[in-house]
Amino acid sequence: MSDNKIWLRRGWTMKIYVCVKHVPDSAANIIVREGNRFDESVKYVINPYDEIAVEEAVRVGEREGDSEVIAVTLGRGGAINTLRTALAMGADRGILIKTDTRPDSIITARALNAAIEQDGRPDIIFTGKESIDSEGMQTMYRLANALGMPAANNVVAFSVTGGQVTVECEIEAGARQVVEMGVPCLVGAGKGLNNPRYIKIPDVMKARRKHVDQIDLENFDFKRPSSSLEIIELQPALEKRQCHVLKGNPEDVVQQLVKLIREEGKVF
Amino acid sequence: MKKIGILIEDRNGEIKTANYGVITAARGDDHELYAFVLDGSGERYKDELQEYGVHKVIDIYREDGKILWNPELWSLAVTDTMRHFGINTLFGLTSAQGRDVLPRVAASLEAPLVMDCINVNVADRTVKKSQFSGKVLATIRLSGQFSVYGIRPNAVEPEPAPCEAEMIPHHVPLSTGKMLIKEIRQPESAGIDLTEAEVIISGGRAMARAENFSMLQECAEVIGAAVGASRAAVDSGYAPHDMQVGQTGKTVSPKLYIACGISGSIQHFAGMKTSGVIVAINTDPDAPIFEKCDFGVVADLYEIVPLLTRQLKQALGN
Repeated sequence: MSDNKIWLRRGWTMKIYVCVKHVPDSAANIIVREGNRFDESVKYVINPYDEIAVEEAVRVGEREGDSEVIAVTLGRGGAINTLRTALAMGADRGILIKTDTRPDSIITARALNAAIEQDGRPDIIFTGKESIDSEGMQTMYRLANALGMPAANNVVAFSVTGGQVTVECEIEAGARQVVEMGVPCLVGAGKGLNNPRYIKIPDVMKARRKHVDQIDLENFDFKRPSSSLEIIELQPALEKRQCHVLKGNPEDVVQQLVKLIREEGKVF
Repeated sequence: MKKIGILIEDRNGEIKTANYGVITAARGDDHELYAFVLDGSGERYKDELQEYGVHKVIDIYREDGKILWNPELWSLAVTDTMRHFGINTLFGLTSAQGRDVLPRVAASLEAPLVMDCINVNVADRTVKKSQFSGKVLATIRLSGQFSVYGIRPNAVEPEPAPCEAEMIPHHVPLSTGKMLIKEIRQPESAGIDLTEAEVIISGGRAMARAENFSMLQECAEVIGAAVGASRAAVDSGYAPHDMQVGQTGKTVSPKLYIACGISGSIQHFAGMKTSGVIVAINTDPDAPIFEKCDFGVVADLYEIVPLLTRQLKQALGN
C-alpha cells in the first residue's frame, strides 16, 4: 500500500474532514407551523449522502494508516447526535458549530470553512452531494471556493494515488464523467459510492468517549457575508389529485388509458 | 433595462428544450435577456433563441475556440461574461450540468443561489421551491448584489415571444484550472435523462427481476420515455441506483408519469409529485399510490404493460 499513500508530507498525520448535517428522517411527516417554521419534534438522522461521505472518509483513513478523520457539523444542540453517528462509524473526533438559528448555505459554508481552517490543514474534505431537507445543492461548492480547492460532486467512485484524486461523477442518464484533481480537494458523495456500515453497540460506546469541540456560531469570529437567502414562508405541498380508477377488462382499460394519457398528458 | 444572463445547455449540438422554459421564466417587460452559449454554436442557435425572446446571443469562446465541457472552466467563463456585460442576474437549468456550474458561479460571486426553483419573481427576488423532498413548498428571498436561479426542468412551460436577437462574440482568457475532465463514460444503452424526460415509466418491487425492466424499456421506446425505478426496486437489485426516483434518488417533473407495481411510499412520491399526469398500475387496490394519482389501473402490470405498449404503437402509427 505504501506507494498508494496520498500523504506526501511524511511524518505528518493526514487530515480528512467530513461535513455532516442533522436532518429530519426522510420518512418523517413535516408539519408546517406559522411563517417559516415547521414542527421540529420529528426523528432526525444524519443526512443520507453525508453518511456515505463519512463511510468513504473512514475507509480512506483506514487505508492510509497515519490519518485523522474529523467530522464537522453546524446545527442545533441535537446535531451532536449526528456527530456521534459519524464517530461511531469510525471518525476520530468531531466539531459542532452550535446555533439556535437556521443559517443559509452562505453562512454555513463560511462557518465550516472557519472551523476547518482553525482546526488544521485538510488534505481531503468529504461532504454529501446535497442535504435532503433544504436541498440547497451548494454548500460544498461554497466551502471549496472559500478554501481555494477543486471540488467534484455526486461522486460514485473514488480513488487516490500519490497526491492525485480520481473520481467518477454521475451525470445525466447513467453517464459518468471521470475527473482528476490534486489534493487538497473536496469530494461530494453520491449514492452508489459505497454502502455505509451498520453501527454496532460497542461502536456507539466508543463514540461516546471521542472528543467533540463545540463552537458557538454567534460568537464565532469569521467574516459575515453581504448576501443572503431567507426562507420567508413554508407551506405544506398540497395534493389535489383525485384518482379515477379505470374499469373493464384489460383491453378496455388500456384503451381508455391510451386515450386519456394522450388527451391529458399532451405529450404524444 | 435589467440585464439577465441565461446559461444555455445543449445535447449533441442541439439546444435542450428545457432551456426554453428557463428563458420564459427569465422574461420581463424591462428585462434584456443575454443567452450564454459556450459550445461555439451561437450563430446556429440564434433563430431558436430569438423565437423565445432572447435579445443578445453571447458566443463565448477562448483562444482555441469553443470551451469544452468542464464545470470549473464553464463557471469561470460565465462569471467573466457577467462581469464584462454588467449582468447581476443569472438563470440556468437544475440539470446535471447546471447543478455543477451554477453553484460554482454563485460561490465565486458570493451570490445567493436557489436551485430547483419552480417559480421566480425577478422583481421581488423571491422564488418558490420544494424542500423536504416535495413535502413543503418554501418561498425564499435573495439579497445581495447578484442573484442566481436554477430552474427545475419542465417546471415552467415554454412560451414563444419572438424578437430580433443580436450576436455578440465574447472572448474569455482561461487557464487550465484545478480539475481535469479525463473522459465522459456513456452507459451501454444511452437512455433519456430522467430529470429532463417528458414521459417516465417506472417500476417498483413488483418488477420482481431485473430482466423484467425490459418490458418497461419496450414501452418507453414507443413513446420516447425514460425508465425509472422505485427505491424498493433499486434496493432489491432490479435496477441501478441512477434510475431511482424519489428521496435519495432523482426528483422528476415529467408531463406524464406511469408507475408500475409501485406502492407509493412518501419517499417515492416526494420525487415525482410535481409530474403532470400520474398513472398507477398495481394489483393492490389499497396501495397508497392510488390516493395520489390521476388514473389508476387495478391489475397486474405483466398483463397491462405489454397491452399498453401494443396499443400505444397502434395509436402512434408505428
